[in-house]
Amino acid sequence: MSTIAAMKGGFNDPAVDAAHGFRALLNAMAMPGAINDVTGAVPVAPLSVAAGVAILTLCDPETPVYLAPSHDTDAVRDWITFHTGAPFVGPSHAAFAIGTWEALMPLDQFPIGTPEYPDRSTTLIVEMDALAQTGATLRGPGIRETAQLNLPDAGAMADNAALFPLGVDFILTAGAQVAALPRSTKIGER
Amino acid sequence: MTQEWNDRKTWMSLLAKVPVEALALAWDEADLGPDYRWLRRPETGAVMVRGRMGGTGLPFNLGEMTVTRCALELADGGAVGHGYVQGRDKGHAERAALCDALMQTEARGAVVETILTPLATQAAQVKGQRAERAAATKVDFFTMVRGE
Amino acid sequence: MYVAVKGGEAAIDNAHAWLASERRGDTDVAELSIAQIREQLSLAVNRVMAEGSLYDPDLAALAIKQARGDLIEAIFLIRAYRTTLPRFGLSNAIETADMACDRRISATFKDLPGGQVLGPTFDYTHRLLDFALAAEGGERPEVATRPADPAPMPHVTGFLNRDDLIEQEPVGDDTPSDLTREPLEFPATRALRLQSLSRGDEGFVLSMAYSTQRGYGRNHPFVGELRVGTVAVEMDIPELGFAVEIGEVQVTECETVNQFAGSKTEKPKFTRGYGLCFGHTERKAISMALVDRALRWKELGEDNVGAPAQDEEFVLSHSDNIQASGFLEHIKLPHYVDFQSELELVRKLRAEVERSQTAPTQEAAE
Repeated sequence: MSTIAAMKGGFNDPAVDAAHGFRALLNAMAMPGAINDVTGAVPVAPLSVAAGVAILTLCDPETPVYLAPSHDTDAVRDWITFHTGAPFVGPSHAAFAIGTWEALMPLDQFPIGTPEYPDRSTTLIVEMDALAQTGATLRGPGIRETAQLNLPDAGAMADNAALFPLGVDFILTAGAQVAALPRSTKIGER
Repeated sequence: MTQEWNDRKTWMSLLAKVPVEALALAWDEADLGPDYRWLRRPETGAVMVRGRMGGTGLPFNLGEMTVTRCALELADGGAVGHGYVQGRDKGHAERAALCDALMQTEARGAVVETILTPLATQAAQVKGQRAERAAATKVDFFTMVRGE
Repeated sequence: MYVAVKGGEAAIDNAHAWLASERRGDTDVAELSIAQIREQLSLAVNRVMAEGSLYDPDLAALAIKQARGDLIEAIFLIRAYRTTLPRFGLSNAIETADMACDRRISATFKDLPGGQVLGPTFDYTHRLLDFALAAEGGERPEVATRPADPAPMPHVTGFLNRDDLIEQEPVGDDTPSDLTREPLEFPATRALRLQSLSRGDEGFVLSMAYSTQRGYGRNHPFVGELRVGTVAVEMDIPELGFAVEIGEVQVTECETVNQFAGSKTEKPKFTRGYGLCFGHTERKAISMALVDRALRWKELGEDNVGAPAQDEEFVLSHSDNIQASGFLEHIKLPHYVDFQSELELVRKLRAEVERSQTAPTQEAAE
């Protein structure tokens, strides 16, 4: 049975707050490297506000969630259960995976979709200390020329992009900020 | 009809199924009206109802039904109440959640006496009346004995 | 040449207004309320719930009113509405053995525990128009009652099961795939076939079932049992950690008992077909059971005689009246461009034929 803490911190006005959250996530995915501010969720630790918004916006009983060891606590499970009803699964069946980069590894444990259904893949919500427009150079759809983002592991993410149209997608969260790295983005050194 | 009302499942199940108007009437009658905060505002959604092949076998999806749910916390004492009710009436879910919360407080006796017991009696009457009508359409076979 | 056109907005608005007025009809006649439709046209409401795949009698009644009684249009409205609802979860499987039965009959056993309960049936009416109903202000007739027997009504197939005379249903709690969430792929599981049939068009499923009776994939069905009544729907509430009943639904269940001569691996025994639909919808539930049984030829090791009702791709792809009417009715909408190209093609072909017809005479003349 959920504790009272697990039942708090949801969207105050679910339809409107989820629409704002969705727009922010859409912007982040459409413009890789762009950093968006989000608000509306007050999740339990160690979830960030941004990860909380992403979960409340995207997860429901039909999106199995994998919690990496960094985030697999009863409090997090109860919070996600009450607010979304999403079931918890292992990485190989996850629609969403949540955790720090190190805890989410190895990357190849997540489904990357099939040629007929490339969407049957995992979206990783990667919790980071901070987001900054420095570091790896990004090119591709949604980027005018180049963009920069402090990726947790540019090499592994570049390998993932090489699988396109298969592969996983990343939502990067830190505090109340969110950025994204879809599989369509090419990652260079500079 | 006497009932113990010890099991949360029993009263939540009753509150989910009672007619909207019947609960509204009983709730007004009880005049409890506690202050509360929402943990989840009433929302209407669907639940996929499943059947079993051959009535006993593997499950399959039959179709959905409308359900409205909410959760709240009483201002006084902080008891948490959940409402999961059939249909789309948000007031129904709210009253069910309030009853659920109050059943965990000193108001329990009033909820049992003015809301749960009368509603359970009504539900049993309706069910009983239907069963009696069905019983009246039960076929009595007469065997025609021929010859000796 | 093709010129893009747009327009018709005013015409469409006016058409909608007229539609609303026609829906209302003569204002000297009292307007129908949703409650009247729900209570007095309950079998139409049931059909809309079953094929709309959403149990909510008030919504189905509203849809019937809005659709001016066009049930397929009403089903369309319900299907569109249900896509807007968040899904809270899946119920536990309903227990039809615990049904509060309004009706329960068996065509295979005369004397069975619980008895033959006719319920509110049309079966023994004479199908003569009752002009008394045309008179207004009729009283609700008295209904006879008799003390009810609280004993359970076991499923008829259970008796045959005991003697191993009928195939066993495999048991389990695997989560079935859901055709409203994932595209239908063939071969389909029985769970998907049953979901598809349960929401399929009553007329289509009835015709398919009838075709098996007339010999196109004959499977010799007996109605082992038909029951109509209400069952509680229970769901696990994750934040509570236990299951509660979230409502109750009226359903119709039909189990057929079918002849089976046996195969290389199986001794002769009876086989089963299953029908389960929302509401009091017995024609549909019986049809569903027959078609379910016909579609099971492969798993039972029977021959495919090429009957339409044995072809799951044919049956499942064409059972949905919303898909069907969507594709069918779209052809009445503007196809000016397609037709223009057809027109040009026909003109060109005619010109070629005319040339070839005149050519030989020219040759002869030369």
